[in-house]
Amino acid sequence: MPGDEERATTDDAAPKTGNSATIAAAFADGPAYVPYLAVGDPDYESSLAYVEALDRGGADVIELGLPFSEPIAEGPTIQGAVVRALEGGMTPDRFFAFVEELDVDAPLVCMTYYNLIYQWGDSDGPRSFVERAAEVGLQGLVVPDLPAEEADPLREACDEFGLDLVFIVAPTTEGERLERIMEQVSGYVYVQARLGTTGAKSDVSDRTTESLDRLRGYDVPKAVGFGISTGEHAERIVAGGADGIIVGSALVDIVADGVENDRPTAAVAERLEALSRELKAGAERGFAARTADAAPGDAR
Amino acid sequence: MTETSTTETTTRPGRERGREDGKFGRYGGQYVPEALMPAIEELTDAYRRYVLGNEDGFMDEFRERLADFGGRPTPLQRAGRLSERYGREVYLKREDLLHGGAHKLNNALGQVLLAKYMGKERIIAETGAGQHGTATAMAAAHLDMPCTIYMGERDINRQRPNVFRMKLNGSDVKPVTAGRGTLKEAISETMRDWAATVEDTHYVIGSVVGPHPFPVMVRDFQAVISEEAREQAIGKAGDLPTDVIACAGGGSNTMGSFAAFVDDGSVALHAVEAGGSTLEVDEAAGVAPNSASLYAGEEGVLHGARTKLLQDSHGQIMESHSISSGLDYAGVGPELAYLVDEGRVTPVAVDDDAALEGFHRLSRTEGIIPALETAHAFGFLEEHADELGDRVVVTVSGRGDKDLESVIEETDKRDIAGAPDMSMFTGGI
Repeated sequence: MPGDEERATTDDAAPKTGNSATIAAAFADGPAYVPYLAVGDPDYESSLAYVEALDRGGADVIELGLPFSEPIAEGPTIQGAVVRALEGGMTPDRFFAFVEELDVDAPLVCMTYYNLIYQWGDSDGPRSFVERAAEVGLQGLVVPDLPAEEADPLREACDEFGLDLVFIVAPTTEGERLERIMEQVSGYVYVQARLGTTGAKSDVSDRTTESLDRLRGYDVPKAVGFGISTGEHAERIVAGGADGIIVGSALVDIVADGVENDRPTAAVAERLEALSRELKAGAERGFAARTADAAPGDAR
Repeated sequence: MTETSTTETTTRPGRERGREDGKFGRYGGQYVPEALMPAIEELTDAYRRYVLGNEDGFMDEFRERLADFGGRPTPLQRAGRLSERYGREVYLKREDLLHGGAHKLNNALGQVLLAKYMGKERIIAETGAGQHGTATAMAAAHLDMPCTIYMGERDINRQRPNVFRMKLNGSDVKPVTAGRGTLKEAISETMRDWAATVEDTHYVIGSVVGPHPFPVMVRDFQAVISEEAREQAIGKAGDLPTDVIACAGGGSNTMGSFAAFVDDGSVALHAVEAGGSTLEVDEAAGVAPNSASLYAGEEGVLHGARTKLLQDSHGQIMESHSISSGLDYAGVGPELAYLVDEGRVTPVAVDDDAALEGFHRLSRTEGIIPALETAHAFGFLEEHADELGDRVVVTVSGRGDKDLESVIEETDKRDIAGAPDMSMFTGGI
């Protein structure tokens, strides 16, 4: 395996505590359930109810998608959510108002594309977006089209305002690239379970295990996403060594079904809460199985 | 390593720009999902070795195939009637005579051949007007590579002959229904395919856009246009041209037409963009009824690069519009954005009406039916000839056969002096 030689050198990497204490706490005791929804899908009010349902369902961190017109990393499910949210009038200003209005316990992370961050506010560059994100209480950012090489200005702004900057690690990321990303990441690392775009899949790739193996030497929580849709997936992923699971498309599917079948907001929220409980319980079963097997010293 | 014929160009800073790190001043870069980065690094390495270094004789084989399969060099033709009309020497760089009927083959053949040298097994590409798609399909058939082309649904309807040509060459054409179904959506969809198949697939991007190394690599493949034109102009006119005019969408024809002249300070470079119906934008509807990103765009990040974009005040990308689907794109190559900021390239917008008039004028006066993209350059020539120097080179980026249905429909809506009566054709040809 190509990663084997490199991995030995990564054990002395500096531990990353992260900027946000609440994100660190979310991963501190047991596996983290990290759900995603596009904010404003299909409209502002329903979206508030849906995100709060995720919180009641046991979310440890919530990723809030700020919709961008060209979501190149997303599969058809989340593209659909983005289109509905944009048609529903979602803008960065309304997104920030939404975050302020939201009544949840879980720390919130904004997932969006770099152009929206770059364009926001009067000044060029990402600083004013991050300043506003901190004001409304966001704890971190995930930016799928911003590789570590281009991330310095955003990294500096996040450090200045105490936000975490989460990076995605793909199955193809290894060697020097992996080290470069791990130098920039804080909060948690988003481990992409398979190649391609986001979307629920019936199987969970073997490449997840390979990716987790490559990351073993780095002291930052590893949350696996792309394709997780059931409690059983969650259990298997956490048993395999993940510190958390990120679930998007399976939840968005419930919202889309609600739109297509004109279901009441409360009914959709109930289903989101129920799937959240299932995923969280699956993650906890996986964690229990792992800690029962684990050798002492494997703190996570 | 085989000796290359680039000794002259390596001493010219304009040709070196961006090769090292993909940055053109504040523009360029590599803004892509992490899953694509290893492939982009692999491609950067292959670009350096094969394209810049001519490893394994890559560039020699490329030039030979461009000559034998593509029909290069294309002529630089003096346009007699236009020269008379405008009172200055007008030369046409005839990329419409390249195999496939447009400049697009220069890049497509280069990239498909590169993919072959890299050991890739499959080709994907996006297309707007279908010219890049057909060029890629031809190159893929020629070099025996399976090929899938993504094309917006709206463009498929506007460019049916090209869809048919791609299928004849054995390519799979996949319609993209997102958004307005044009080039922007097709690029996003091709990037998604690539993110899933990156290990055995090469993405043949069709213009000088996208993440490094695409903007420099596509420019280098297309630079043959201006390398030839420069020598031909000196041969025919005894001097460099005073002006070079090229239409600009994503900018591959533009950079190809300008690359060898960028360091010749005396040569004015005019990038002619699609002004659509108006340069005003409809922010509420998210629509810019033009594709003039150099002229009217703002800096932003799209499809892997920082460049000039048509976007709203929040940074959402606008739906662009042009009568010609090949120019219908909300972004533009980062190097062009840089050259415009530096004052080296002058952007100008020509609207749908003037482009259509240009189409008919060139067809009638020179016996050349140009692509609607190309027709914008002739719209510019008509409006601004008095401001130009004595020796003008216009790149005829492609021929107009693919546009006949659109031209019939659009001409019928308008009153264009000298245009034939189209009403008898409006039921389709």
